[in-house]
Amino acid sequence: MDAKQARIQELLYELKVTDVMRAGAITTRPDQTMTEFRRIMRKHRISGTPVVENDLVVGMITIADLIEFLAAGEADCQIRFKMTPNPECLCSDQFMVHAIRQFDASGYGRYPVVDRQSRKLVGILTKGIIIEGMLSKMAHALKEEEIRQYRASHIFEDINAEYKELYLTYEVVGKDFDRAGQASTSMKRNLKRLGIQPDIIHRLAIASYEAEMNTVLYSDGGVMEFRIAPEEISLRIRDHGPGIEDIEKAMQPGWSAAADWVRELGFGAGMGIPNIKKCADKMDLQSIPGVGTTLNIRIFTGNSDQTKSVQERNTQDSRAK
Amino acid sequence: MKLSEIVQTLDLSVKTAPDHLDVEVTKGYISDMLSDVMGNAEEGSLWITIQKHQNIVAVAVMKSLAGIVLVKSREPDEDTVQKAEHEEVVILSTPMGAFELAGKLSNLGIMGD
Ligand SMILES: Nc1ncnc2c1ncn2[C@@H]1O[C@H](COP(=O)(O)OP(=O)(O)OP(=O)(O)O)[C@@H](O)[C@H]1O
Ligand SMILES: [Mg+2]
Repeated sequence: MDAKQARIQELLYELKVTDVMRAGAITTRPDQTMTEFRRIMRKHRISGTPVVENDLVVGMITIADLIEFLAAGEADCQIRFKMTPNPECLCSDQFMVHAIRQFDASGYGRYPVVDRQSRKLVGILTKGIIIEGMLSKMAHALKEEEIRQYRASHIFEDINAEYKELYLTYEVVGKDFDRAGQASTSMKRNLKRLGIQPDIIHRLAIASYEAEMNTVLYSDGGVMEFRIAPEEISLRIRDHGPGIEDIEKAMQPGWSAAADWVRELGFGAGMGIPNIKKCADKMDLQSIPGVGTTLNIRIFTGNSDQTKSVQERNTQDSRAK
Repeated sequence: MKLSEIVQTLDLSVKTAPDHLDVEVTKGYISDMLSDVMGNAEEGSLWITIQKHQNIVAVAVMKSLAGIVLVKSREPDEDTVQKAEHEEVVILSTPMGAFELAGKLSNLGIMGD
């Protein structure tokens, strides 16, 4: 919401008269008669026109001039005698903020818009047009904002390569409680910036945190490697041991071998791995006692990708091994 | 209900991130087991706990919680405070126990899952 408001403010300072004005304004010539002017006003339902000769604005004629003319009961005459000659004009390259100030200061309801160099008429600006124009530009600008977010979430579509993936790696230090959770916390922020869908971020955040905490609490440290690709986000976390004796048991909800000091801190419910499983589309836990544990988590984004991904090739490779 | 209103009504003391009380509290969740919170608390919930070490901040961030209330007058550890300020996580404290606080919250219309 803040971003939107800021965007609207910006817009006032970005937009020029040319962006908002009505181009191709209805005009009259000085040699047309007041009767003709009356007909033109009726026909187009407008309350005034710039008076133009050789593309140059020579006057403004409005409904007020017509009323005065009719009230006086004079014979029909050319517009040139009733118009306001050499009216104030706006230049098309002026910023809207300034144009609006000019409206306020002068009290005029309409301005012809001319090209700064040629002084030729290029459009017209009235208070009504300003309101209408600004509203539609704002709607457009806000849509642009959405498009930006859309783009961020489709960064992979905008970058051309046969295989597109982003690897982010974090070191996890065993038993380092001060830094525990840091990798997952920064990862969540990264994914937000990349515009990944919130539900995917949410699931990855939970899985990543649980995995990171297990590595900190139960292992001698390891490496977390996130892979972000259009079709999936995966996390591989490998530690340097000591490994898990009984994987079956470790996967069971409620089973924990956490030490007392760990339990006191609120860990050891035996819910970490089950949480990971719940959040992941695919989870694979491998451990060799005495060597280390490797956990693979995959979450599919639902973005189908036509090009064959590196991941697919990798899985084929690893199957072949 | 806004977290700021809850703080005022229940006279909770604000330990961290006082500028971030303008959030809507959707639900409440009581647990001292972090993975229970990770698994079951809903986004936007107010988390009631006695845990005061810095990992509660990470949990609140990961789960996008509205804030954390430490009951029984527990004070957050110093590094917890630092992390919470940095991550803009609101930590509150109260002499009430979890049961009493939950009762008052539910009187205010804050429900569990
Ligand atoms: N990387 C690892 N290395 C060695 N042992 C591990 C590792 N990860 C998990 N374990 C073992 O598996 C058990 C179950 O893990 P899980 O995360 O499910 O529960 P927990 O960590 O005990 O409790 P919670 O996650 O609920 O706080 C742990 O208690 C631990 O003994
Ligand atoms: Mg665990």
